Amino acid sequence: MEPLERYRPIIDDFDAFLAACERPLGNAVRVNTIKASVERTLAALNEAGVDYDQADWNPRVLTLEIDSPGSTWTSFHGFTHGQEEVSAVPPVVLEPQPGDRVWDCCAAPGGKATQIAALMDDRGTVVANDNNLGRISALRFNAERLGATGLAVTNADARNYSLERFDFDAFDRTLVDAPCSCEGTIRKNPDALDNWSEGHISSVAGIQKGIIRRAIQATREGGTVVYSTCTFAPEENEAVVQHALDNEPCRVVDFDLELEHAPGLTAWDGETFDERLERAARIYPHQNDTGGFFVAKLEVTA
Amino acid sequence: MADGNDGQRFDRLPATEAERTVDGRATREAVVDYFADRFGIPPATFDDYTFWEKGAGKIWIYRGEAPTPLEIEAIGMTCLRTRQEHWKPTTDVVQRFGDHATECVIDLDREQARRFAAGEDQMLEWWDGDWGYLIAAHEIAGEAEAIGVGLYVHGELRSMVPKGRQRDLEP
Repeated sequence: MEPLERYRPIIDDFDAFLAACERPLGNAVRVNTIKASVERTLAALNEAGVDYDQADWNPRVLTLEIDSPGSTWTSFHGFTHGQEEVSAVPPVVLEPQPGDRVWDCCAAPGGKATQIAALMDDRGTVVANDNNLGRISALRFNAERLGATGLAVTNADARNYSLERFDFDAFDRTLVDAPCSCEGTIRKNPDALDNWSEGHISSVAGIQKGIIRRAIQATREGGTVVYSTCTFAPEENEAVVQHALDNEPCRVVDFDLELEHAPGLTAWDGETFDERLERAARIYPHQNDTGGFFVAKLEVTA
Repeated sequence: MADGNDGQRFDRLPATEAERTVDGRATREAVVDYFADRFGIPPATFDDYTFWEKGAGKIWIYRGEAPTPLEIEAIGMTCLRTRQEHWKPTTDVVQRFGDHATECVIDLDREQARRFAAGEDQMLEWWDGDWGYLIAAHEIAGEAEAIGVGLYVHGELRSMVPKGRQRDLEP
């Protein structure tokens, strides 16, 4: 937990934050409405005698009172998919519409890409890309199990992604769920901080900056880019969005999120950021008993 | 006609025989007819979808936009194995579209469904319908739901659920 000490000045009730980070997470699943309605899924869980809690902010997010959520009939049928509660936030902020062209540029293993497809009623095109071929097999497995028929899976580096393979030249919406130092997954992966270093943060931030810039370039004017990470480090969050604001035509916009969160930072470690970064959301583990997450929403302006 | 099938890329299926340029490639018409003739799935179910071949006989169903040919990892889901005497649908396509099926659907009770999902073969001599590939279904939350594809021969239902999809579930 020692690396997290650097966040003491920016996190309210830091001791509660640390205590939450020590507690393991419950078994969250997302209801996959491509396969079954929330109502039918709850009926199937009731029938199987599985107890659950439904998230206040999102009726499609459940915590199951069961040791192995993968060995239920609802999982077998693809009615439910194991996905951490905060990990269901970025697709909701993206607000994809049926018929949209959406790019999920770091998509494996596919929880968010299939959630985007479900929010579009499985109508439209979701290009699910990942640079890691090994993780693409998990993405494909999940897409097929969840019945997402509008996914096109590509294996490329998002930083120099080419749209030549498709007939269109821009996306309506893009999700950048960036590779990151994963500090916010500490409750799920107790060894998440084992290789922590400022050098690692700095090198991963360089990759994030390349991806967010390409994402904005590949999205049409008036389109939406959502940037998210599962880490607390401002170098990987506000500083990356600031880099995009400085170099690409975009602005930070508001969004509603009925989950307790803190505003994005406007200063860190001697650097200052655009005032509008306060509209980003920092979700800390002690606020909603979840993992940690950062989400910012951008509008492409040219 | 050359055997122009290329295992590295997706080619959209021709609409009909008349438009076919690659030997042995299934047509869209034949695929839609197969699901209608075998399982009673109305052809209109697939109006918004396109069908593609990548790898000999492996057919994919897709609802998004894409030019043909296309060299990417995957589009939509694998749907059907053709280029063999008896075409075979996939577990995932049957789970996705099986609720439209009215024929060749074998309804399993709780214990039979559990064994089927675990990949077990079982003697079910009471079935008096067609032999061959069937959709195995069971009731969940008051409605029938497809579990996967079974091969029925000589009184036995063989589970075709792929190893990676098999699960040991509560009865």
